Amino acid sequence: MMGRGLLAIEDLEREDIELILDTAFHMKEVGQREVKKVPTLRGRTIINLFFESSTRTRTSFEIAGKRLSADVVNFSPSSSSLTKKESILDTAKTLDAMDPDAVVVRHSVAGVPKQIADELAAPVINAGDGAHEHPTQALLDLMTVVEEKGRIDGLTVTIIGDIAHSRVARSNIYAFTKMGAEVRVAGPPTMMPAQVETLGVKSFRSLREALDGADVVMALRIQLERLAGALFPSVREYSATFGLDRAKLRYAKDDAIVMHPGPVNRGVELSHDLANRRPGVILDQVRNGVALRMAVLYLLAGRKRGAEGEVD
Amino acid sequence: MASDQPAKNRPEPSAPPAPPSAGVVLDDVAIQRALMRIAHEIVERNEELARLYLVGIPNGGVPLARQIAQNLREIAGVDVTVGVLDTTLYRDDRLTRGIRPRLRRTEMPSAVDDRLVILVDDVASTGRTIRAAMDALMDFGRPRAVQVVALVDRGHRELPIKIDYVGKNIPTQRTDHVELRERAGGEGMEVVLMQGRGAPS
Amino acid sequence: MAGRVWLRGGRVLDAASGRDGRADVLIEDGRIAAIEDALEAVGDAEMVNAEGLWVAPGFVDLHAHLREPGQEYKEDIASGGRAAAAGGFTAVCCMANTNPVNDDPSVTDYILDRARKDSPVRVLPVAAATKGLAGEVMTEMAALVAAGAVAFSDDGKTIMDSGMQRRVLEYSRLVEKPVMVHAEDRTLVRDGVVNEGAVSTKLGLPGNPAVAEIVHVARDLLLAELTGAHLHVAHVSTAGAVAHVREARARGIHVTAEVSPHHLTLTDEATLGYDPNTKMAPPLRGKDDVAACVEGLADGTLDAIATDHAPHAVHEKEVEFTAAPPGVLGFETAFAVVLELVRRGALTPLQLIAALAWRPARVLGLPMGRLERGAVADVVLLDPARPWVYDPAQGFSKSRNSPWAGRELEGRVLATWVGGRLVYQQGRGVLAP
Repeated sequence: MMGRGLLAIEDLEREDIELILDTAFHMKEVGQREVKKVPTLRGRTIINLFFESSTRTRTSFEIAGKRLSADVVNFSPSSSSLTKKESILDTAKTLDAMDPDAVVVRHSVAGVPKQIADELAAPVINAGDGAHEHPTQALLDLMTVVEEKGRIDGLTVTIIGDIAHSRVARSNIYAFTKMGAEVRVAGPPTMMPAQVETLGVKSFRSLREALDGADVVMALRIQLERLAGALFPSVREYSATFGLDRAKLRYAKDDAIVMHPGPVNRGVELSHDLANRRPGVILDQVRNGVALRMAVLYLLAGRKRGAEGEVD
Repeated sequence: MASDQPAKNRPEPSAPPAPPSAGVVLDDVAIQRALMRIAHEIVERNEELARLYLVGIPNGGVPLARQIAQNLREIAGVDVTVGVLDTTLYRDDRLTRGIRPRLRRTEMPSAVDDRLVILVDDVASTGRTIRAAMDALMDFGRPRAVQVVALVDRGHRELPIKIDYVGKNIPTQRTDHVELRERAGGEGMEVVLMQGRGAPS
Repeated sequence: MAGRVWLRGGRVLDAASGRDGRADVLIEDGRIAAIEDALEAVGDAEMVNAEGLWVAPGFVDLHAHLREPGQEYKEDIASGGRAAAAGGFTAVCCMANTNPVNDDPSVTDYILDRARKDSPVRVLPVAAATKGLAGEVMTEMAALVAAGAVAFSDDGKTIMDSGMQRRVLEYSRLVEKPVMVHAEDRTLVRDGVVNEGAVSTKLGLPGNPAVAEIVHVARDLLLAELTGAHLHVAHVSTAGAVAHVREARARGIHVTAEVSPHHLTLTDEATLGYDPNTKMAPPLRGKDDVAACVEGLADGTLDAIATDHAPHAVHEKEVEFTAAPPGVLGFETAFAVVLELVRRGALTPLQLIAALAWRPARVLGLPMGRLERGAVADVVLLDPARPWVYDPAQGFSKSRNSPWAGRELEGRVLATWVGGRLVYQQGRGVLAP
């Protein structure tokens, strides 16, 4: 992983994930100091290339870069090659000529970070590409579970929602499976991707069965704007069948935790109660997000393609 | 080994000099003696022992700092705060060449403001690790003063860094490698020198 | 240039007669003058040593996009014709989705005029089935045939309205020309860009399910049965479509079908790197679909190999996967790519040549694709063993969008004759018009 950037959890070995998590926990300690800044990436330039807008993720990366003393530049071109004069690859080549130390890319179409990485010498970090992957989200989710449960091996993780359109789901499926957990997915049949078992998960139509014995329950965001009426008949029906509240949570283990990548559609995927209080750990996820992204930037920024070296 | 420089105020004669080739240059007994002597020196030089704050630089400096703290408890009856300060994020060398070094734990149980901080490192050479530790320390607060303990000083200073308390001076080539490690078989520590193995730290 | 050419000692492959063996071929005055085991008395004929090589009828491509008029930045009749010649094609059908659409005799005239002037190979226009490809009003089929159209197709689009499809098939009986359908239910495809399945799930890209093609193939076959029209299914990609065509053929329905080199040799796993040069319509499908297409070609269910040569400019393909137009180049790689099926034992050389030349000509009902005394001398000389690396930048097409770019291929066209005239020679390039 380490040479090219962070494009997909699918590409990572277990040791890579463990290194990132280990580094992230150390970075978390930095975030608890008075001076939340270290000089490690001083003089390095990190470009946030966000074709798809996202204040949360972009801000998280920006804070992470700044805490490492890097210079962070935000660049938000219009998202489609069809509507702008400069194609995505031309943008990438232009950026490459400016010699950044890392480029963080988010796009609404799968594959763009990889296409950009092929043009850049600098490492590319995928901040979310279409329905494909969102690696840093899955890694911070792993981090949060390690904090809560002490381990990943042997846990049962249930992911609920629009799996077909979710990059968070895919990345988490890979991440938790590689770290030894059993992953289940549940959601309306119209939101289950084709042959989802080939990803190494069991799929359920019944929320109750999917939750039975789960240690971690992850609710995904439903994109109401895009999907209501087309893929499921109404928000009310979704909430009744797959929305999570304390009552339904009883099917899971007593000490199960509840996660969500945010932002939460309260009353749809999660009740207000679970969004605000334990066993919901959403704010912990956000907190860990900065530390995790610091770790990723620390490990990657400034490493050119083909860089080799000895382990210190 | 001809030029074994005695540290300040050391009343005892040194042990027979170890040969300069690869091998153990400080065994566990010698280390413990040095640490006890250093603890005495610290007591001699500093009046307000209550302000002391021993900060070990991982990995080797940490057990040394703990041992010195224990020695101070024995000699002077003071309970000295011990912290751990990883300097990896403050290093000044070219990290882009290869894989990033792994981070190590930092645990600073007290604030450093107005304290007398004593940094503890195992092997001092170029002075860059000490310099990085001071940069890190300054981000934690404003100590009243900073002193430095090194179990071994192997020379080749590249920065104007002074070591206040030295366990032993060991002359080396730049390409030699000096390391504090646990003894094979578990009991205690030792310092070894390997010729021609690495760059000074 | 009515020269005399003596092709000596090659393996002559002619599906029409079933000939597969060593023979000499004499070309004179634009026609095949003789095919004998060994010719003597050839006089001043130019001798071409065909030892170890194949001599076959020039290939006939039922499906290609030459982009002229209107999109000449991607390709035009001149560059497309040259690329075709280099690929061993002596006749190519060009689809109607140009700008303006070829739905009027004036556009057909224009295309044929350009072809006469600029193309080294024969160009056979396929006219639109509905005006503007809009699927609402039929085109003037009789007038278009009179102007030179050889078939009708709304390729690029699909006629979604079943009633309209029925009427188009029915009316085509007036001119007895094939109606070539791009069978795909757009309401099942939606925004799908790769085959729906394990690969689309992994990629996180919207999927195009196989059933979208099968549903329309089934529909169109039933309408062909009802109307008695000649239905030709373009670019078959799914096992289900092959099965339906097989069953319909057995029932006596007048159906023919084609398959592309990429659907015979590449699966959807080729899209795993998000390279837009692996995006086609219909998309690359799964292993079982590819196997069914190969089997369908071998047992004759699928009549012809057609390239669906679809040039797109570099800047159009260098975009995010969903935004790239589908389609890839086909002319110059077709022979080497499909030869793989012969090497694997799935097809005999004769079956391959049948699929490339004789059977496509039969679909159109044109006197092409065969090597016999008196036939027009559209001939290719092939080296089935020659290794080469395909670099689209060195090719004759204006565009570069190929999934085989940079690949090592085996099998090359060494020379192409159209009407007895040498129009292409490997190493020397295109020599005509």
